[in-house]
Amino acid sequence: MAEQAKKGRERPLSPHLQIYRWPVTMATSITHRATGVALAAGTLLVAWWLIATASGDDAYSTFSLVARSPLGLVILFGFVWSLAFHLLNGIRHLVWDAGYGFEIKTADRSGILVIALSVIVAAGIFAYVLLSNGAAS
Amino acid sequence: MSIRTPLARVEGLGAAHRGTEHFTRQRATAIALVPLSIWFTCSALSLIGAERTDAAAFLAEPVNAVLMALFVITAMIHMAAGLQVVIEDYVHNEAGKVVLLLLNKSFAWLVGAAAIYALLKIALLRT
Repeated sequence: MAEQAKKGRERPLSPHLQIYRWPVTMATSITHRATGVALAAGTLLVAWWLIATASGDDAYSTFSLVARSPLGLVILFGFVWSLAFHLLNGIRHLVWDAGYGFEIKTADRSGILVIALSVIVAAGIFAYVLLSNGAAS
Repeated sequence: MSIRTPLARVEGLGAAHRGTEHFTRQRATAIALVPLSIWFTCSALSLIGAERTDAAAFLAEPVNAVLMALFVITAMIHMAAGLQVVIEDYVHNEAGKVVLLLLNKSFAWLVGAAAIYALLKIALLRT
């Protein structure tokens, strides 16, 4: 028996990520983590902006040029949406920490609310970014 | 009856001797980051298309300099705490985990120090 276990007998596995239909709570949970990691990368942009501002006009215009490029705007949109989602879902987590909102229906609804609001906020901010960017250039 | 010593019970620090320090730090910084990150986003939006001197003048304002420093420091603490949990969850190789945990703290200190240095230069030297 023990030897058989050591060899790693094929054991039945319970259904996992690829099998289950993702509930809202599962999707928001992993997205919270993913946006957190994305924001960690985004801190480099914030630091770059501050350093460029401190360094001089050349460094600042390089930053501006990259930020205004198509790829830069895509990255900035990702940053803005990640921040919106992580902030809103973070508030949802704080409410849970206070002991509220654990009923399955409530948790599903707050999850959908967070997803919808994060998209609306990010889209609103980006509409503003594109409009003022167009006005400035 | 518990077999734990009375001292261990009143300390309430558990087997890792760290208690709820990490948990509390993560939540406290999260609460602080709600207003700070909203302020940061509004500030960044107000500086779209600005010249460098406009951005520098904005950051040299005492209130803005202090809020930006608080935002950076709080974000670094929150980030290091969060990424630490991600590493602990997914990296099962002990040596790799230790290396990544050290890199995690180094990253937060480096980014934070560079950002604060830039802020001090802007605010104090009025570059």
